[in-house]
Amino acid sequence: MDIYLPIAEMSLDVFLLLGLGAGIGFLSGVFGVGGGFLMTPLLIFIGVPAPVAVASEANQLVGASVSGVLAHWRRGNVDFKMGFILLVGGLAGSATGVWVFTWLRQLGQIELTISLCFVVLLGSLGALMAVESARALLRQRHPGGARRKLHRHNWLHGLPFKTRFRRSKLYISALLPVGLGFGVGVLGGVLGIGGGFLLVPAMIYLLGMPTAVVPGTSLLQIIFVAANVTFLQAYTNRTVDAVLALALLVGGVIGAQLGARFGTRLRGEQLRFLLAALVLGVAAKLAFDLTAHPAHLYSVTTDQR
Amino acid sequence: MNRASPRRAPSRLGLAMLLLLLLLGCAAGPARGDAIVADLSSHLIAINKGFTGDSVVLFGATDGPGDIIAVVRGPEREMTVWRKGRVAGIWVNVESMTFTNVPSFYAVASSRPLDEAVLPGAAALYRIGAANLKLQSKPAMTGERAKRFAAALIEEQQRLGLIADEVGKITFLGERLFRASIAFPANVPTGTYLVEVFLARNRDIVGGQTTPLIVSKVGIDAELSDFATREAAAYGAIAVLTAVVAGWLASLPFRGV
Repeated sequence: MDIYLPIAEMSLDVFLLLGLGAGIGFLSGVFGVGGGFLMTPLLIFIGVPAPVAVASEANQLVGASVSGVLAHWRRGNVDFKMGFILLVGGLAGSATGVWVFTWLRQLGQIELTISLCFVVLLGSLGALMAVESARALLRQRHPGGARRKLHRHNWLHGLPFKTRFRRSKLYISALLPVGLGFGVGVLGGVLGIGGGFLLVPAMIYLLGMPTAVVPGTSLLQIIFVAANVTFLQAYTNRTVDAVLALALLVGGVIGAQLGARFGTRLRGEQLRFLLAALVLGVAAKLAFDLTAHPAHLYSVTTDQR
Repeated sequence: MNRASPRRAPSRLGLAMLLLLLLLGCAAGPARGDAIVADLSSHLIAINKGFTGDSVVLFGATDGPGDIIAVVRGPEREMTVWRKGRVAGIWVNVESMTFTNVPSFYAVASSRPLDEAVLPGAAALYRIGAANLKLQSKPAMTGERAKRFAAALIEEQQRLGLIADEVGKITFLGERLFRASIAFPANVPTGTYLVEVFLARNRDIVGGQTTPLIVSKVGIDAELSDFATREAAAYGAIAVLTAVVAGWLASLPFRGV
């Protein structure tokens, strides 16, 4: 059954969209990541114009993150103060990101930038995950080994504006979360991703937050950053397809709940290895498309009036 | 949509009108001074959910033998053509040229092959045929490069079906009545179209008539995309709110978990 996407100006099978949403949602339920970093390239693969894919995925993330935050909030796993400070940077970053997006679009380089960024991000992420899960698989067979130090002091802890975060049991410079939020916000604006897969490790290893409050707090910041990106993309580029976002959201929420439910029963390390393979596969396909001789050397864009 | 239902059988409607015209034609012939009269079976193409393209029937009569050529032209747009080149192993848009007067849709139909029906000069004058579009670049440029980009633009538009690469058929019923079916693809751009019908004798244009055709999106999708363009800020806010509410609703069944 085809559904017409009014902004993308194309028809897609509604079950394909629901399935895509459910599949990515399942992964995000299992691993606690947003899945935007996989969804945007997959949307591009099925023919959605890259600018529309980015902006609509941001819209979908708003809903997915709301649903996720509520679940974490009920368990008391959200550091609102940290979330707010991350958000200060996140809003500025996402506004900058959308501005960069608009500028690149005028230069005719937005598709290229999106693909390149994803190749780099997914390539390094997939490689890291593959190495990590391979190590974990080996470790299962050969238990033992050295434990790393949990918390290290370095120059980051000498920065000014020290703030106490009670929920996270931290006393660190507010500049750290602001800067982190800004960086992830820029990526959100340009690539339509929540940046959870960057934010979560950064919050754990860079800020030193307790693992339990990390997913809820990162989702809280992603809600507002994604909302900001959605609004600014709709306003400046008119690329937000709400129908597409809603279809993905419905599938995504169902998938995420299933993932959270069944994720615990699955063998974590094998699953992580599969995810790594999937991420690397997407990166490889994007890289291939960038380097392969294009079928059509010329392309046409209709200028907005 | 109800409005769409009469278009389900455009050929039958066109045939009925043709018969009507035939009766009128027998009685009086085309009004004096008009070498040609023509009309469309429908002046509206409604793009609704599940639109897979449509066709309208062009029909009319002449005051004597001759060739009929019809040109369908969508509203003009400004379009930019990008050329990819290889930079450090990656295909990148390296060159571009903007054209200001590209018809968003262009199709030609003729009762005989174009070169047999009109002289090249007349075809150029009336912009008949994709080769005679007279695309203007901005900033204005001539020469090889402009020609190359204009040709690439036409080729791309032909690939998308927005410039018809074949000349459609206009058939005569007897000596003076003609009809043609004009097909529009699923991705037909919206706007006010002009259908120009020319009468050619001795390969020169001797008469013509222009009739408008509206291509418009109808239904909720149309209103949505229209709203997204006109009230971009409100649309953005609503898109965000919808997602928030949907996310909240979706979390409700799992509250106990």
